[in-house]
Amino acid sequence: MAGATAASMATPHAVLEGVTRIYPGTGGRAPLHALGKIDLALARGEFFSVVGPSGCGKSTLLEIVAGLQPLSEGRLVFEDRPVNGQVPDGIGVVFQEDASFPWLSVRDNIAFGLRHNGMDPAEIRRRVEFAIGLMGLREFEGAYPAQLSGGMRQRVCIARTLVLQPRLILLDEPFGALDQQTRLLMGDELLRLWRETGATVLLITHALDEAAMLSDRVGVMSARPGRFLEIVATGWPRERDSRIVEQTGFAEITGRLWARLREESMKAMAADGRRL
Amino acid sequence: MRRVNWLRMAVIGVAVALIEALCRGGVIKPFTMTPPSQMLADLLPLLSSAEMLQHVAETLVNVATALLFAIVVGFLAGAVLFVLPRVRRVVDPLLSSYYAIPIFVFYPLFVVLFGLNRTPQIVIGFLLAVVAMIINTLNGFDRVPPVLLKTAKVLRMGRVATTRRVFLPYATLYIFTGLKLAVAYSFIGVIAAEFILSGAGIGYEINFAYNNFDNHVMYPLIVLIILISTFINMSLYAWEKRFLERQTGR
Amino acid sequence: MTQRSLMRQGFDILLLVLALGGIWQLLYAYAGEVALTSPWETAVAASRLIVSPRFWPHIEETGLAFLQGYAIAIAGGLAIGLLLGAHRLSGEVAEPILVALYSIPKITLYPIILLFFGIGMPAKVAFGAIHGIVPIAIFSMNAIRTLKPVYLRAGRSLRLGPWAMARTILLPAAVPEVFTGLRVGLALTLVGTLLGEMFGSQRGLGFLLMVAMGTHDMETIMSVTLILVLFATLVSIVMMGIDQRLHQRA
Repeated sequence: MAGATAASMATPHAVLEGVTRIYPGTGGRAPLHALGKIDLALARGEFFSVVGPSGCGKSTLLEIVAGLQPLSEGRLVFEDRPVNGQVPDGIGVVFQEDASFPWLSVRDNIAFGLRHNGMDPAEIRRRVEFAIGLMGLREFEGAYPAQLSGGMRQRVCIARTLVLQPRLILLDEPFGALDQQTRLLMGDELLRLWRETGATVLLITHALDEAAMLSDRVGVMSARPGRFLEIVATGWPRERDSRIVEQTGFAEITGRLWARLREESMKAMAADGRRL
Repeated sequence: MRRVNWLRMAVIGVAVALIEALCRGGVIKPFTMTPPSQMLADLLPLLSSAEMLQHVAETLVNVATALLFAIVVGFLAGAVLFVLPRVRRVVDPLLSSYYAIPIFVFYPLFVVLFGLNRTPQIVIGFLLAVVAMIINTLNGFDRVPPVLLKTAKVLRMGRVATTRRVFLPYATLYIFTGLKLAVAYSFIGVIAAEFILSGAGIGYEINFAYNNFDNHVMYPLIVLIILISTFINMSLYAWEKRFLERQTGR
Repeated sequence: MTQRSLMRQGFDILLLVLALGGIWQLLYAYAGEVALTSPWETAVAASRLIVSPRFWPHIEETGLAFLQGYAIAIAGGLAIGLLLGAHRLSGEVAEPILVALYSIPKITLYPIILLFFGIGMPAKVAFGAIHGIVPIAIFSMNAIRTLKPVYLRAGRSLRLGPWAMARTILLPAAVPEVFTGLRVGLALTLVGTLLGEMFGSQRGLGFLLMVAMGTHDMETIMSVTLILVLFATLVSIVMMGIDQRLHQRA
């Protein structure tokens, strides 16, 4: 599978060229330049993380790639088709906030996206069973999200995304609300899912160690308006897990990310302070 | 939790026993109040009298009608206001200060307008309940987390599907509070209106019995109202706990 | 608040008032002189009424009854609510009782009040008070219960004695919620006082309304109603403004 990365560089899964997001000014205020310019080519099957100071536009970038927000300038192409403000087929998103449906059981939550689409009920059952097993939700399939912990609810959201078999999975700080140990374990699970599904993954995170550990490449964004200052390749093998933190290469990569990020973060903090 | 329930029943029991003792002991004269045990004893023959049952039915029909209208109109009005934010902004002060206005002052107006039948009672009950429903409907709609709507977009659901399968199911969980209030308010409104002026219903009967110094009819009816009101509220509360707690975690 | 948004708010309120007046006018055109008086006529009659000497004793009567009832409601409600809030078990036991009391149509308790207090001012005051005491108690209780424990810890870490802690930390923290209870209590006490005046009273605005209803005196009904509604709305707006400020600070 290692050679796949080199080969798939030839036909990138998604391409962004000169993409920006500028919010028009309302009520006499100046327009807000939230993101840009972004140039990025995602290889099929790669695991790409984005890190950057708060407010730099990471989430905006994710929403543009997902088709949830339109772009103001530039071009976005996913699987050879242009995307601009419409969600294309084959995309899955896991949000930072809890997006589980409280009125449905875990099982019904996971099956939600498959219903009402004319899919064969036997196929729906098969996929839901598989996802429940994969995400370790067997014990909880009859429970309701309000009865579960935050980590469990995120698993439900991930399972709900997986049953749709997306080819590009976008995650916006999915483990943000969890404690460090849970994060590391969830990171392992994410890697496992990535390998089993063969999907391309774009992860937004503020945790440098997480990005360094999980990804094939890490993009470091500047303070707002965010653009890529550097894209660091980790060179990790496909078969990896959280124990990679032992390796010396890990400290180097994390160090490099922070070196780039430190100044940008100070700029972002100063900007925040002024706003308050 | 069970200890709290026992304590509560004990508190109520002691209070009732105290009143019973005061009545039987002559501190509270029979002219003023009959002993609680007597109230219950007097209640039984009342409930088997066809005439009284008719009054009870009258009240319940009025309440049910007012409630039904309040729920439907309240929900629809809330939905309309939610979809038209400009109108909502204009109407908002009215909604906020609505319950500061003594709605009963309009009752004489309604009696003159609609005549002395069941319509004024139903209108008062409706007016009292409907705004609670509107406010809670708006509240429920406001609370739908944007992330759920984004999820629907990612699942490529159209507006109708999103409203039907995501927006409304979530909002409904929280609109239940409005339902509880609507039930309580329509009950209060109808009974109070019947008491003030009407020709039928439990409220009217209580007033009538008072004017005729008939404590053996008046007190049992008051007890009946208290029992019905408490029963309805406890049922709603228990229902909410059973079904909604696992979905809202409250 | 920017000058622009203030202007917009003022404009919205104007729009609301005009819309309500317009609906009124339409109803009048539809229902005729017998059933309603037009907005203009009502406004004229109301302003005449306010300055007329025969009107003042009634306002005085209602005002006095209301103020006394409200004072009792505040004193009783605060005492009950703060105590129940501070003592956990009592609060748990008492809460469903308070909620049940809130939902009972208190008009049904009115004959009991009359029997105990006799006809006249004491009955009105008592009736107003029982309306207001329950919400004030409930809100005060919640105000204490929802005090963040971290406040207590912070107070202890600053080595404050219990009295100083209550005075400088707990009371200010509880004030916003307590004030909301006072606001709701005010509206309900007003309702209770007016209802109490509709019976067994020879003076007061409630009495005026009942008499006017009996003599089909549309002008009086509508002008008194208008005066009461305007008064209640004004007080409500002022209190809500204070309420908002208190909650913002918290």
